[in-house]
Order: sequence, then structure tokens, then C-alpha cells
Amino acid sequence: MKEIQTSPVLLKPLTNYSKAYYAFVGILFGIVGLGAYAYSVQLQDGLAVTAMRNNVLWGLYITNFVFFIGISHVGALMSAILRLSGAEWRKPITRMAEAITACSLAVGATMPIVDLGRPDRILNILFYGRIQSPILWDFISIGTYLTGSLVFLLLPMVPDTALLRDRLGGVSAIRRRLYKVFSFGWTGTAYQHEKLEKAIGVMTVLIIPIAISVHTVVSWIFAMTLRVGWNSSVFGPYFVAGALLSGVASVILAMAFFRHFYRLDSYITTKHFSNLANLMLAMIVVYVYFTLNEYLTPAYKWETSEGQLLSVLFTGDFSILFLSVQILGLIVPAILLSLPRTRNILGYSVASALVVVGMWIKRFLVIIPTLARAQVGEFWATYHPTWVEWSITAASIAGFILLYAVFSRVFPIVSIWETEGITEEPSDFTGPSVTSGGFGFSAERSDALTRQDDGGVDYVGQ
Amino acid sequence: MRVLCEFRQRLEVNVVKPKTLSRRRFMKWAASVGVAAAGGMALSNFAETRSKFTAMAQMAGGGQRRWVMVIDLERCNGCQKCTQACVDEHHIPPAWGNPNYNGYQEWIKVVHTSSDPNDAAQFLPMPCFNCQNAPCVKVCPVGATYYNDEGLVVIDNTRCIGCRFCMAACPYDRRYFNWGEPPHTPDEQFINYTPDYPVPHRKGTTEKCNWCSHRVRMGRLPACVEACHKEGMNAIFFGDANEDAITNGQETLVLSETLARRSGYRFREELGTEPSLYYLPPSGK
Repeated sequence: MKEIQTSPVLLKPLTNYSKAYYAFVGILFGIVGLGAYAYSVQLQDGLAVTAMRNNVLWGLYITNFVFFIGISHVGALMSAILRLSGAEWRKPITRMAEAITACSLAVGATMPIVDLGRPDRILNILFYGRIQSPILWDFISIGTYLTGSLVFLLLPMVPDTALLRDRLGGVSAIRRRLYKVFSFGWTGTAYQHEKLEKAIGVMTVLIIPIAISVHTVVSWIFAMTLRVGWNSSVFGPYFVAGALLSGVASVILAMAFFRHFYRLDSYITTKHFSNLANLMLAMIVVYVYFTLNEYLTPAYKWETSEGQLLSVLFTGDFSILFLSVQILGLIVPAILLSLPRTRNILGYSVASALVVVGMWIKRFLVIIPTLARAQVGEFWATYHPTWVEWSITAASIAGFILLYAVFSRVFPIVSIWETEGITEEPSDFTGPSVTSGGFGFSAERSDALTRQDDGGVDYVGQ
Repeated sequence: MRVLCEFRQRLEVNVVKPKTLSRRRFMKWAASVGVAAAGGMALSNFAETRSKFTAMAQMAGGGQRRWVMVIDLERCNGCQKCTQACVDEHHIPPAWGNPNYNGYQEWIKVVHTSSDPNDAAQFLPMPCFNCQNAPCVKVCPVGATYYNDEGLVVIDNTRCIGCRFCMAACPYDRRYFNWGEPPHTPDEQFINYTPDYPVPHRKGTTEKCNWCSHRVRMGRLPACVEACHKEGMNAIFFGDANEDAITNGQETLVLSETLARRSGYRFREELGTEPSLYYLPPSGK
């Protein structure tokens, strides 16, 4: 039987809620509420309350959809690749990456439904679904990915959940029940450990092709049409690269956030930041390479309709956004990640924030200009999103942060059983660990952490 | 929740009796059901598509209808009477912003191609092209847009989910969306909705020209053809490629001979959408 010891620094966020946290959650709830109100207005009056019209027929909602699916990409994929390659340093950050996947996927998947003209008929996709339509491919692959990434998040969490079930006192009955359900009867036997490792291994291999398929299929929504600017064979890998880039950036932001607010300095070290910064730098290079492919090939030929689109991007109405993405969203972060002076947590965070914002604008630029260019007759439609669209966009971002923040308050954001004994400095919390059956951890501090020996959890001797 | 509890209990049982295979059996069962469902769905879809293609092939080969439209650009003066007739015929909803005709959706749109009055080709009337390899039909996730038994592309507004993928896929911008609740008139109440005659209109669904399927079924010419004839322009011809005959309401021509004599062409032929609409270019007199 395996013993788990942990310093309470990982458990503290689960029970000690500060006023600032409540204020933060309150603000997020307010923004989500505003979005819900905006959506109710949209349900009432139809999509006429948005700025989308017959030419620009997709707008912020689809931009958000592609953006969140992109963010979701890295969590599972990065953690799977690191697990497969046996990179030990991954252990403190895999869960926060996997949780990003689950949260952003949940938010991203609602965006196309918000975009529907008839959300009341969503079930028609099940009743009358045509497998020939890329939307069905999306439906299937995102559904698979959501299920897979939830399993991939929950599985490695089973031992920790069991620990919380057995040892975390002073929590509500609902939460105790939650821990009981999601620990799936874990007692820490060798048999269970063997099965768990096996299951995680299978999921690790499965999640990689699923993750890649998801963003490829999302790009095919666009690439399967005859539209100038979308009719491109590079879209699949281009979107996957963009997804990885924005995903790594969001993991770095999450790491910086948790390290600072949850005082995880001993778990999330500068080594994690510098490793991920290197990964992000590599992804920027890959992304710039794809961007070159995507724009140079049509620009060299300057075919009439392609030329019209490119001139709007390079020198026309969208040029400021387009150049900002290239310079502020890619080149400046690359410089920040390369210069020794800015290779610190602040520098990484600024670079990541620039990349995340840049990638959102990039998605906007993929979708809007192509639609704004009328295919018949020479004119450009305009698109200025309304307050409804902005509110729902803000609500989607707030909702993502809310899900993520609440998750990190209910489950330990750093895997306890995997990081056992790998922290850099033994923190001052470490006391003599009290072991009981399968689990032990320092029970010295925290009134909230009380030992509970309710029936059936003491597995000594099994 | 209950399922999860039972699942957990099963696992607990597993701890005591590690040889129980219920979980594995459950997973196998679930996986096989999933695969079977997906496979069944795919099969039924392919079967449906296949039967549609067979039906179309029979239509082409078996002496049934293969509707075509031919527009003589030399005769069109851009008066937009066809657009107005279409608006009247279908109680067309507003367009909610540009582009529009008097604020209405332009199911047949007269595109101004040149501002030079000496240029022979100034106007291009564009109804739906009724492509025989229609990108809109391909991408619809729920089969709400499809070829009806006359071979015309129609929309079932009672099934459409409003995703607008068909609008994104149409390379000719020939589709419109009811962004809000369309205005309803009292006469609408007496109209029985069919995809052939999509009145009353519905909020949150896609609309387009369907070559007046309801009139064609009754042996009448589409409203735009009739209006063009009444105006004395006679620019729009309608007919059946299987009969090799087209008419504008005044004269009846041989389709193949007319196309050959006047160098008839299809709009953006290179896209491979196989439109059923031909243009006769102006002779440049």
C-alpha cells in the first residue's frame, strides 16, 4: 500500500476562502448574468439583435467557438505527450492543463448553440443528422473530446479525491458526496493502482488523436467551402498549430496565477515556466511558418478575388488588426521569450497574454473579412458587433474563468499523489505525517483539516 | 448521479472480488452500442443519399423533368420587375440590412455589373442557380435543404436549425436569413406551408429562391419569368432540359440550339457546382 504525504499548501485553497475570492467570483457571476440577460434578449428577438447579417453571417460567437476550442487543445494534448514521454517535471502542472481543457471545451461547445437561429431545434442534429456535413463531424469529435478529456481529468484525480473524501473535514455535505462519487471507491490497493495506471495509459494514447482531430475538424467547417480565404488545404494543421500556441500560453497564465495566489512556489518552479516558454517559442515559430504558407502563396499569385481579400488584410480596413497580430501577437512575444532579461515569470506572462489576445483577433480575422467580401457584385459588408454579442463574449470568458476558479477550489489544482515528495523545499508546514490506512498527510495544522474516521474508510489490513 | 453511485459501488465490489468483470463487460457493451449507433446512422445516411442520387439519375434518364433557366442578358434592362414579382409571390420577409431590394430579401437579385452605360452587359439577374452539385445541400447538418422530387433545391423551414452553414457554403450569396421574426400578413393564415412554397416564413431559418416549385408543379412558369414576359422584356426562359425546350411565355426555343448559337454559359462554371441556370451573353451590338 502506498502512502501519500502532502503539505497542506495544496489543500488550503479547498477550505480557506478569502473575501477577495468571493468578490472575484461575484464579479464573474455578474458578467455571466449579463451574458445570460443578453442571450434572453436574443432568444426573444432573434439574431436580429446581433450585427450579423446576410453577408457577415458568422461573427463573434463563431470566433469565440474557435478560440475556446483552441485553448482547450493544449491541456489534454500537452499533458498526454508529457505523460507518454515520461517527463517527470510535468507532474505539478498536468492537472491545471487538463482542467483548462475541460473548462474551455465546455464553454466553447456552447458557442455554436448560442449562434443558432433555432436553438430549440438542436436535437434535429440527432434526429436528422447527416454524416456528410462537417457540422456533424464537429458534433461527434467535440463530443468525444469532451467526454475523453473529462475522463482524462477525472482518472488521475481519483486518488486525490479519495484523500479528500477521507481526510478533508469541515466541508459541506454536497462536497463530501461529490468526493465520494468521484473517488469511485478508491482505497489505494495495489490492484487499484495497477488498473488506474493502465487506464491512464490508455487514455493518454487515445486523447492525442482525438485532440488533433477536433481542431482539424473545426478548421474544416471553413475549409470545406469555396470561399476565398477559407478554401485552403493548410487550414487543418494551421488551426492545430494555433490551438497549441494559444493553449500553451493559457497554461503559462494559469501557472503564474496559481503560483501567485495559491502560493505554489515550491511546486510550480521557474523550471516549469522556462520549459513551457521554450515550447511556446517553438509553437510561435511553427505558427509563423504556417502563416507564411497561408498568405505568401496567394499573395505571390494575386488572383483577383484572393488579391481583393489580401489587400484588405494588408493595407485596408483590417490591416491594423492583421499587423497587430503579426507584430504584437507573435514577434514581440517571441522576443520576450528569447531575451535573457525578460525570461522571467513576468516576461512569460506578458508574452502569453499577448499571444492569447492575438490568437483571438487572429480567429476574428480568419472569419470576418472572408465573409465581408461579397462574392457577387463588388462590395464589402460591415460588421460592428452589438452589445448583445460583446456581453455574451464577455460572459463566455468570465464563465471559463469561473469554472476554472471553482474547480481549483473544489479539487486540488496540483496532483497530490503524483507530486508526493518532489517539491523543491520542504515547506514549514511539513510535520510528522499521520498515516492511516492508505493515506497520510500532515494533520498538524488547519482546523479545517480534521481527521475523519467514518465507517468504511479505514482500509488498514486490506 | 445514481448511475455514478452504482458505478462506484460496482468498483467497490471489485475491490473485494477483483475477478468480477462487470465493468469491463459494461464498457464493451457501451462501446459496441456506440459503434453500432454511429454505423447505423452513417449507413442510413448513405442509403438515403444513394437513393436520392438514384432518383435523380432516373429523373435524368427516364424522361422526367430536368428544369433549367436561361437568362438573355441582351434583353435585360435591369427594371427589377422580376424581383418585385418574387416579393409579391412569396410574401418575402425583410432582409434586415443590406443588401436588399426596397428592404426585402432579393431571392432574385439584379446585380449591376457595370456603371458604364455603353457597356452591353450591365445587369445580371441572379435567382438561385439550383446547382446539381449544390454546396449548400452538401453541408446541411440536418438535411433541411435538399433536392425535391422535381430536382429543385428547396429548404424545409420546419427542420432548419439556423446554423447558416449553407449560406457560408453558397459561392453566389444566394441565401438569406430571417434574422428576426418575419412580419406576418392575414392572408398567410390560409397558406399551407410546404418547402415548395415556404410561406409563412419563420424566424431563425434560411430562405432562398426555389424556382417557384409550387407553380412549376402546377405547370405554371415561375413568377419572375411571368413578370419579365408581362413587362415585354421576355429575358428569362424556363424549361426542361430533357425535352430540350425552353420558353419565356411568348416564344419557345430549343435549349441546346439556343445555347450553342448564343454561346450560353454558366456563372463560375469552374467551381464545379453544376448550376441549372445559363446566361446568354449580349451580342454587343
